[in-house]
Amino acid sequence: MTRKRLGTLAWAASTLLVAFIMFFPIFWMALTSLKTENDAIAFPPKWFFTPTLENWRVAVLGGPVLEFMGNTVWITLASTLLALALGFPAAYAMAYYRTKRTDGSMLWMMSTRMLPPAGVIVPLFIIFRDLSLLDTHLGLILLFAGMNLPLVVWMLTGFMEDVPFALIEAARLDGATLWQEFTKVLLPLLIPGLAATALLALIFTWNEFFFAANLTTRAASPLSVYVSTFKAAEGDLFVAKMSAATAASVVPVLIAGWLAQRQLVTGLTMGAVK
Amino acid sequence: MATTTTARSRRIGEARRFLSAPAILYLIIVTQVPFALTIYYSFTNWNLLRPGSEAFLGLDAMFRNYQRILANPDFWQVLGNTLVLTGSVVVLTFVFGMAFALLLNRPFPGRTVARTLLISPFLIMPVASAVVWKYLLLDPAFGLSAWVSRSLGLRSVYLVEAAPLASIIGIVSWQWTPFVMLILLAGLQSLPEDVVEAARLDGAGPIAMFRFVTLPHLRRFIEIALLLEIIFVLNVFGEIFVITSGGPGIQTTNLPYQIFLEAFSRWNVGRASAYGLFAIVLANLAVIMFLQVVRRARQEGLR
Repeated sequence: MTRKRLGTLAWAASTLLVAFIMFFPIFWMALTSLKTENDAIAFPPKWFFTPTLENWRVAVLGGPVLEFMGNTVWITLASTLLALALGFPAAYAMAYYRTKRTDGSMLWMMSTRMLPPAGVIVPLFIIFRDLSLLDTHLGLILLFAGMNLPLVVWMLTGFMEDVPFALIEAARLDGATLWQEFTKVLLPLLIPGLAATALLALIFTWNEFFFAANLTTRAASPLSVYVSTFKAAEGDLFVAKMSAATAASVVPVLIAGWLAQRQLVTGLTMGAVK
Repeated sequence: MATTTTARSRRIGEARRFLSAPAILYLIIVTQVPFALTIYYSFTNWNLLRPGSEAFLGLDAMFRNYQRILANPDFWQVLGNTLVLTGSVVVLTFVFGMAFALLLNRPFPGRTVARTLLISPFLIMPVASAVVWKYLLLDPAFGLSAWVSRSLGLRSVYLVEAAPLASIIGIVSWQWTPFVMLILLAGLQSLPEDVVEAARLDGAGPIAMFRFVTLPHLRRFIEIALLLEIIFVLNVFGEIFVITSGGPGIQTTNLPYQIFLEAFSRWNVGRASAYGLFAIVLANLAVIMFLQVVRRARQEGLR
């Protein structure tokens, strides 16, 4: 019995050690963001120091981080909402009105999510240019909604399949319209599923870089584009300030990811693994 | 009464089936139209710096972009880089992802904490991890790698310069290990307890158990994890953009980065589109396999 407990403790210790090593780069970034610029480039690296919030004050609150974060938040929320609005009825049809073609359409949708962005960037750039969508929020919102739509349909279809159709039929006998079926019957039951789906779409959109870098220049650029311009000891950002700005840009997704942990696998495999 | 209800239900069903139409139409516009245009542009000589050059190359010369690409030794190096990068990441993340999944597949105090820490590299934006690795960890003057190598009595080398492609592979693997780990962990946790128990009663040791019980059960999960990973790692861009800009020379240029250069520094629409088609074909080899696995998995009730 004691031997078994000892074994479990050793297992716990080694797993936690491995986990900490994997997490270390993120931890180190957070630590550096709390150092003075001199401490940040000290050699050998300083493990113990007097922490300061100066970098966060200067680089995050005072710099352009908040402005780019505003772009990211707006693009992320709007594109996620649009994907949910298009995906919810689609999932309803896929879950409750299956035809011979349903499986085919579902797989086709999934395949569109796997189209390499680099393979379609040229026409997208030209379409954006011709429609004056370059460097606009609207352009990225429309594009990212399309990027997240397959994920939304797959996940919501899975969640709806767990809701008994009898509930919907019962509401229909009571004279419910389609809109009432959505809002009164399905929505309350699907809130956890919708939240998980939205969180995953949020993570993907927040981190997207390729389209954002090539279709925006400044006005509508999200955080990822800003972070990609960081260079040590150049411009107005130094190592500690750079760390603070980078940390600020990843905190929201870390929290979203930790919250959505249970749904993460379903989302990452687009519902192929539950 | 019953018949009218059924009839009404059926009529409703006829109409509501089409509720998926807006989503499908939207996806056609956002993905298939650009895809078709990529094919068309690849048959032109269009350069955005030369107005009036957007015309079709003509039937006899339509494959000119492809011929030039295939005749260019740089293309083969770029293709090689893409395959080496993707292949190495798949192997590394599989080994580490499997090890971490096995570590987590057992109750112990602090398991949730360990799991949370382990998934974090996958959650943060790729450009952010590139910045952290390049400027904080691998910096030759004050970076942690310099400190570690000097503490061990070694000369400190700047990995990004000494081994650029290997650095990218390492950093991308760090990000993607949690992805493989999570899917394999889901697979391990769906292994029925009674199967394990039966194998144990038959006298299977830990290695035999892994080889003959765990691994066959995990097969589908491994396929899904690795194929999806291939599809997405073929697109790696932000890490290269931040860490090496594809260099030195073209040593770390992969297909997406090459397309980026053709399109946005040479403004060569025709050539970039032809490269784009190579990227699409390459990805589709994996996508087709993946869809087959998903179809089979759905039939087997994995989901």
